[in-house]
Amino acid sequence: MSASPTMQGSFTPADEAAVRRAISSTSRPPAPGPLSAALTFGWRGMLKVKHVPEQLLDVTITPVMFVLMFTYLFGGAIAGSTGEYLDYILPGILVMSVLFTTVYSGVALNTDLTKGVVDRFRSLPIWRPAPLLGSLLGDSVRYLISGTVIILLGVVLGYRPDAGVVGVLAALALVVVFAFGLSWVFTTLGLVLRSPNAVMNAGFMGIFPLTFLSNVFVDPETLPSALEAFVRVNPISILATASRGLMEGNAEGGDIAVVLAVAVALTAVFAPMTTRRYRRG
Amino acid sequence: MTTTSSLAIEATGLVKSFDQTRAVDGVDLAVRRGSVYGVLGPNGAGKTTTIRMLATLIRPDAGTARVLGHDIVQEAHAVRALVSLTGQLASVDEDLTGRENLILLGRLLGLGRPAAKARATELLEAFGLAEAAGRLVKQYSGGMRRRLDIAASIVVTPELMFLDEPTTGLDPRSRNQVWDIIRALVAEGTTILLCTQYLEEADQLADGIAVIDDGRVIAEGTPGQLKASVGTGALHVRLLDPGQRTAAEQVLARELGTVTLPADPAALSVSCAEADRGAEAIAVLARSGVRIADFALGQPSLDEVFLALTGHPAEAGPGEPTAAVEEEEVV
Repeated sequence: MSASPTMQGSFTPADEAAVRRAISSTSRPPAPGPLSAALTFGWRGMLKVKHVPEQLLDVTITPVMFVLMFTYLFGGAIAGSTGEYLDYILPGILVMSVLFTTVYSGVALNTDLTKGVVDRFRSLPIWRPAPLLGSLLGDSVRYLISGTVIILLGVVLGYRPDAGVVGVLAALALVVVFAFGLSWVFTTLGLVLRSPNAVMNAGFMGIFPLTFLSNVFVDPETLPSALEAFVRVNPISILATASRGLMEGNAEGGDIAVVLAVAVALTAVFAPMTTRRYRRG
Repeated sequence: MTTTSSLAIEATGLVKSFDQTRAVDGVDLAVRRGSVYGVLGPNGAGKTTTIRMLATLIRPDAGTARVLGHDIVQEAHAVRALVSLTGQLASVDEDLTGRENLILLGRLLGLGRPAAKARATELLEAFGLAEAAGRLVKQYSGGMRRRLDIAASIVVTPELMFLDEPTTGLDPRSRNQVWDIIRALVAEGTTILLCTQYLEEADQLADGIAVIDDGRVIAEGTPGQLKASVGTGALHVRLLDPGQRTAAEQVLARELGTVTLPADPAALSVSCAEADRGAEAIAVLARSGVRIADFALGQPSLDEVFLALTGHPAEAGPGEPTAAVEEEEVV
């Protein structure tokens, strides 16, 4: 070939000495602890948000549209006034938007698997679940952002929760904990299904009806009795009720306990399943 | 460190099947510490599957292997602590910058934050990536990506490095840069298992080569031994005027023996074990009025070795690695 000397790029034979120096200049540190490794993967998730902030649009625009549409289109019809309906629906939409975001955890994992970098992670001497746990910790920050946007919008529209800032933060924390548990379901899907699109479709096929067949949008009293029975036991209803309670200062401990128990159960079942499949690759 | 064995890799009877296909069908390997061992074969021969087993990414269905003295199944974690992998798909995160990739790996290998940052800077400079450090890897050229990939593999210098087709898809200049880096690694004592479908690459870099086809090792030895096993060397001649080939064939046949005629209408090859007899034949040919464009006397190429061993040519295009010239790697 006929490369002229000016085409040598930024790498020249003189760099060989630098390469050799770089090779010989490290000694092996002790492997990082599980938490440190997981947090490093969480940091990786944050960096992606930094580089591709557009991905936050998905998780913020949709709930904003839902808040506006439901409040002003249906508020009067459902609750008599938009203001009253906002009190009812805002904690519900908080739940919905954060839970929708969990589907993206599975999509992101599936996308990751199609790339070579996962092989490198799997060949590192780190605690095996660290990449998964870390990316879900990173995702939890996205859940927080999504939740915060909803609450701020609510406040702008006139939502004034009785339990104040503390109540709102408690509700937000409860929703994020539940979302963390639920996202293990979608990471499992992310490892089983073939493409990111398939994960997205399957995820929403599950989460969409489950969210609508809950008390997020309407009080179940008006529903046919069979449906009403389902809506009452749907964990998403219980989560929505508990969130409303925390924000209004009248939460029932039982609801909160059920929500936490479901989150723990989902994690206990699906986290090991995800880890095992991830290890096998 | 943990063993006195002089072998970095000892594999016996490795088998791995996917669905109905036996991707790897009883591979034995013995790789000396401090050497570069080439695993040579066409696409689909089982190279990547073998490397993935040895790097503990997948478990073998049968057979055993010890890497740096540790069993790849029972002591996978210990193996992981000593090796690094540069996969066939670039094993770096395209959605991060080059610097972030190296810091990420430094942290995951146990370096503290300042140490990881310093190490990233050092490697970016050594690998000629300092200017591109803050750019996202998806904007990198194929050669830059590969260099970053290798830099990522030595954030903490491994005792054994798996390199899976490190120059596939690179242009010749980037390929030479990668080769220089590999030579530097070897000079510093790293053992390298190099999978490649390029015969020239194995010839250039490897001390020992296993030729693998259909999941089996079909030949093993130094590049010289493999070539010798195919037979004697050959004299290759190209003419300025293809019309003179018949005349040239007669001269060479008289001087050296049976002439083979390659597809190129201006080329001739004749087997020739001794260099001085080859030189004489060229002199006779030139005096006879045949105009010679160029000639070469050499041992058989690994291309010929592969053809002789498998009965089919290596499928990596027309033999020369320089034939793959796309700078942008197909992802």
